[in-house]
Amino acid sequence: MTRFLIALLAAGAAAPALAQHAGHSAAAEAPPVEAHQDHAAADPACPPEHAAMGHCTPATPHGAATQAPPIGPAPAEAMAGPEHAADAVWDRAAMGASRETLRREHGDMPVSKVMIDRLEWQGRRGENGYAWDMDAWHGGDVDKLWLKSEGEGGSRLEHGEVQALWSHAIDPWFDLQLGLRQDFGSGPDRSWLAAGVEGLAPYWFEIDAAVFVSSKGEVVARAEAEYDLRITQRLILQPRAELNLSAQESAALRLGAGLSKAALGLRLRYELDRRFAPYAGVEYERAFGDTADFRRAAGERRGGWNVLMGVRAWF
Amino acid sequence: MIHQLMQRRTLLRGAGLIGAAAGMNALLPAWARSGSPGLAAKGSATLGGNDIRLIVDRTMLGVDGRAGHAVAINGTVPAPLLRLREGERVRLTVDNRLDEPTSIHWHGLLVPFEMDGVPGVSFPGIAPRSSFSYEFVLKQAGTYWYHSHSGLQEQIGHYGPLIIDPAGADPIAYDREHVLVLSDWTFLHPHTLFTRLKQEAGFWNRQKTTLAGRDGTDRMSDEDRRMFARMRMDPTDIADVTAAAYTYLLNGHSPGENWTGLFRPGERVRLRIVNAAAQTIFNLRVPGLRLTVVATDGIPVRPVEVDELQIGNAETYDLIVAPDDRAYSIVAETIDRSGMAVATLAPRLGLRAAVPPLRPRPTLGMKDMGMGGMDHAARGHGAMDMRDEARVQFPVGPGVDMIAPMPADRTGDPGIGLDQVGHRVLTYRDLVALEPRQDRRAPTRRIDIHLTGNMERFMWSMDGAQLSESPEPYRFARNERVRLRLINDTMMTHPMHLHGHFFEIVNGQGDLQPLKHTIRVLPGGYVDLDLTADAPGDWAFHCHLLYHMHAGMMRVVTVRPLDGDAA
Repeated sequence: MTRFLIALLAAGAAAPALAQHAGHSAAAEAPPVEAHQDHAAADPACPPEHAAMGHCTPATPHGAATQAPPIGPAPAEAMAGPEHAADAVWDRAAMGASRETLRREHGDMPVSKVMIDRLEWQGRRGENGYAWDMDAWHGGDVDKLWLKSEGEGGSRLEHGEVQALWSHAIDPWFDLQLGLRQDFGSGPDRSWLAAGVEGLAPYWFEIDAAVFVSSKGEVVARAEAEYDLRITQRLILQPRAELNLSAQESAALRLGAGLSKAALGLRLRYELDRRFAPYAGVEYERAFGDTADFRRAAGERRGGWNVLMGVRAWF
Repeated sequence: MIHQLMQRRTLLRGAGLIGAAAGMNALLPAWARSGSPGLAAKGSATLGGNDIRLIVDRTMLGVDGRAGHAVAINGTVPAPLLRLREGERVRLTVDNRLDEPTSIHWHGLLVPFEMDGVPGVSFPGIAPRSSFSYEFVLKQAGTYWYHSHSGLQEQIGHYGPLIIDPAGADPIAYDREHVLVLSDWTFLHPHTLFTRLKQEAGFWNRQKTTLAGRDGTDRMSDEDRRMFARMRMDPTDIADVTAAAYTYLLNGHSPGENWTGLFRPGERVRLRIVNAAAQTIFNLRVPGLRLTVVATDGIPVRPVEVDELQIGNAETYDLIVAPDDRAYSIVAETIDRSGMAVATLAPRLGLRAAVPPLRPRPTLGMKDMGMGGMDHAARGHGAMDMRDEARVQFPVGPGVDMIAPMPADRTGDPGIGLDQVGHRVLTYRDLVALEPRQDRRAPTRRIDIHLTGNMERFMWSMDGAQLSESPEPYRFARNERVRLRLINDTMMTHPMHLHGHFFEIVNGQGDLQPLKHTIRVLPGGYVDLDLTADAPGDWAFHCHLLYHMHAGMMRVVTVRPLDGDAA
């Protein structure tokens, strides 16, 4: 106590020389131990990594403490007493309410995101056009509601669609998505059932693949893959591939059976902010098989190169 | 003195910021003010005695001349220093003037469970516009701290230091002391920070690997790059929230505001360091000074000399330094090296030492993937199962992206990025208790607790379950001696805190195993902790990275029977 006061006084105002010698206890006077420079194990013959694999048992200076006890359940008395200790002290109703708040605030909080992945002008041979691809989600960690929309047009809207999907996490990286899709635009306004998976494949490929069954019984599928190649922290090159398939020929939908359309794009974006990035790019898009024939019959080209300018943004 | 100081600050900041500067100093307790001669000078915002009143209210805090929304105690950030004495009974009355509930948890203090301050576990919380009195006997001495356990208030200023002076002689001798409270400040709403992490887990990371970085600045081999890419893991994901969102503070001061602690040359200066940050682990050094670690988490250890140490959220370290007649920079670099808190130790106000530049950011490696128990040759043998469900006893769902295939004891590692810095860095194996442990019994059983998560979805859990799923508590019998093995199945460092208890790190020191209330579990590694479950009641057990806890990385620990229960 006295020593402590002396140290305090000394620190405040008195001469440092006095304090230097006033308060040093035995423990603090002991020469400090040097830390392990190489962070080697206590027993160099048996590093803990090897011990963990069962290759060896480290020599221990204080045996009993490091003897490994067996894995086991709690003894019976651990189950004694009330379910919630605090209920015995505080108002039970207030405790119940605070427990519910605690539960709600520690995991699975609902969050939303709106992503405009592509909103772009397309310079095409012939008539120029535009395209969009966006989605929005809301929900907890495992179950979410997703809305998606994509489409394209020129002087008039060629094709547009919206989807409403229940999205359920099936593994750390992929969601299963089930719901409805509604088309609009210049083609037939089909309604579809949608089933797909969306997520992140090994090597950071973003995948979105879905099968659609229309109210007329047509079955089509679409698969998209994107990859973000970071050139710098802000400059990102994104290759993107899209395949469209049809299970049957449909004159109404102007689709042939098999691979109907494919697109391969390269977009270079600059993230002014993580959430806002203008981009420029090119895309090769074409129809195949009978789908191409439908296009030619309508006086359109089978496909070709497009120049792209657009923005990617999310909030 | 204060007047002079404010003039200086005002000059530094430019005429336009006079109001902010003056406002800010008013918000700082005296011990945290720049130019502080040390606690012995006794500032007005050091609260002592046996009956203390704390007012929690909203306020604005000025950082670098800009004002942001804060929750302060008695109008200051950090909150007032509570200076108490071991063995005494204290009453702390908290007035909540917020429109939302609040709470104060006395971090590291051994108090009855109903006084521990965790809403929903120990008490119902402190309702808006109401007050609550905590009352308990101080059973220990040392450097501690206190903070909110409600919502995300801890992020925006609801934290302060707490020192308990020993009833008898202090085993640590010193001539002067400074309290250094590290924190991370943001002008954004904490919910915005969290939402961004959920929307895009790597949002705040501006140090990712790039094509441009292949010239060597990324410091990664092609083999490691491929491996991380195959696993969909980001080797640069060292910190969730970075300097892109944070200004790092020391005693409420940004680096530009340069908090200065004074000393007289020749003095032994005790630095009481508290990491009160919400989401930041710091690497602390004072270039030019040897740091003698004399206590951690309030409990004395055998003095050990280092040049640097990593300090996880909620850990405290007491250091002794013996500065010469010159200025020194206290550098607390963030674990991902995106920023730093900086302050000055100087014999006179106005002196400043050079501040070293940020070091290159580290990348994660094989050990962090949980392959530490494997030698280099072994890992060439094809793909390792990085998510082998047979290794654990719980259901492995979308919230678990990895199960460490070969976790190693990493108590001998100094922390990510610190194994090749060219000087001595503290490890948990260097810590030796000053007093032999009180409970000499060997643990009767071991329980394994896996720290789990999904980096991409920003889901965090223990044994695969978030607290929101209402998992079974971890149950202990009263006075049971048990070994906890915390296995980190993620690639981030988790500072894990068990309320109401100290555990011993099983670090090879036998009867001198050091006591801790918070322990960093390194990525892909494990740590063994011996615990005497001597505090009956319900206790929180969680990761002290605030947003990990908020995302679910928390459990309840029960110790039974309670007082009065039949055994």
